[in-house]
Amino acid sequence: MQQIVNFILRNKTFLLFALLLFISVMLTIQSHSYHKSRFINSANFLSGGFYNTSNSVSSYFGLKEQNNLLQEENNTLKSILFNSNNKLNNAYIDTTTFSKKYKFTPAKVIRNTYATSNNILLVNRGKKDSIKQDFGVITSKGILGIIESTSSKYATVLSILNTTSRISAQLKKTDHFGSLSWNTASPSEIQLTEIPKIAPVQKGDTIITSGRSAIFPKGVPIGVVSNFKLDNAENYYEINVKLFNDMTNIEHVYIIENKDSEAINNLLNATND
Amino acid sequence: MTSLFSIHTVRFIVLLLLQVWVLSHVNFLGYINPYLYILFIALYPIKNNRMLFILLSFLLGLFIDMFLDSGGMHAAAAVTIAFIRPAALKFSFGAIYEHQAVKFGNTDFGQRLSYLTILTIIHHFVLFSLDFFNFSKIILILKNTLFSSIFTIILCVLVTIIFSRNEKK
Repeated sequence: MQQIVNFILRNKTFLLFALLLFISVMLTIQSHSYHKSRFINSANFLSGGFYNTSNSVSSYFGLKEQNNLLQEENNTLKSILFNSNNKLNNAYIDTTTFSKKYKFTPAKVIRNTYATSNNILLVNRGKKDSIKQDFGVITSKGILGIIESTSSKYATVLSILNTTSRISAQLKKTDHFGSLSWNTASPSEIQLTEIPKIAPVQKGDTIITSGRSAIFPKGVPIGVVSNFKLDNAENYYEINVKLFNDMTNIEHVYIIENKDSEAINNLLNATND
Repeated sequence: MTSLFSIHTVRFIVLLLLQVWVLSHVNFLGYINPYLYILFIALYPIKNNRMLFILLSFLLGLFIDMFLDSGGMHAAAAVTIAFIRPAALKFSFGAIYEHQAVKFGNTDFGQRLSYLTILTIIHHFVLFSLDFFNFSKIILILKNTLFSSIFTIILCVLVTIIFSRNEKK
């Protein structure tokens, strides 16, 4: 017993170092596995508040550009609205009667990253705005990511520019679907794999979300095919997709809640068991 | 002692904020960022409580991880260089370190450079290994380590020169 105590006392520095190294490596491993929200994240009040304050200053620098983006989106929506035949009856649109499958919440990105291999964004909505894990996040031009961790006022978003992110996507013209991943090469291109060889892929084809997961509705734009080749086994295509979004310049986003997601997931789990 | 304590507290906070606010958004040539916060670990007094020093380095790394959402990789890298710092000191400063009389302002420029280089390269190697977390990307890890290290070392040397107090004795 004496010797054990002596050993610990003699090597206490090394033991402390080993313990701390172990903790940090465990945290790193945990952050590399998909679908486990990281324990140490920036959605807490300290770093969230810090980024919120610094964003309230830095957002002025891109004001003109963001206004143009929003006007562009308004223009698109207005042209859809006034060209469609079924006129909306404005009297019925309010939050209590407006029961739809998807609920949209506007949010602002207060921290954007795109240079590392595991990019995380921070948005200024959290549990108070009933944001939960696994809600989808899109911009006016396309898909952005999935909500990972939430605190009361902030939430982190697992960007599509993240090596652990997997999102189901399909060709717009046919229903062949595959999964999106990122090879860290460029922030403007992501990879679509598992599209079967039989699919008629062409350069310039539009890629949209498939709606197979309960996160994104079907038809959210992602990007266009920039080039493609068959994989080593020659069964599936590996497609490079040029994103519609400029991932380096993102401010206004929409968080999508699928109100049926719980029912869908329960059903899927019950079938899988 | 209190002034020494407060200098290191201020340095801890300033380097942390500088890192998360400015230096992690440099993205020189797309991916090269300096990690200046290791200056806190490099300049911590040599006569110290080693347990406290390792714990402080871990906390600094953990705070950086919290702000940058990087899991625990900065904490791991920081705690590693905090642990091997005595060896790096011995290697770079030799006999002066044995007598516990190293003052960073009075040492040779070459010795200081080799000391900072050792710490930076080890820190960056651990950091990028944990970042990519894939042994098949060893070339990418080494490339990132090299370029970011050059950036970090230049910045560290500049900062130590600018903020050195000229103590003529």
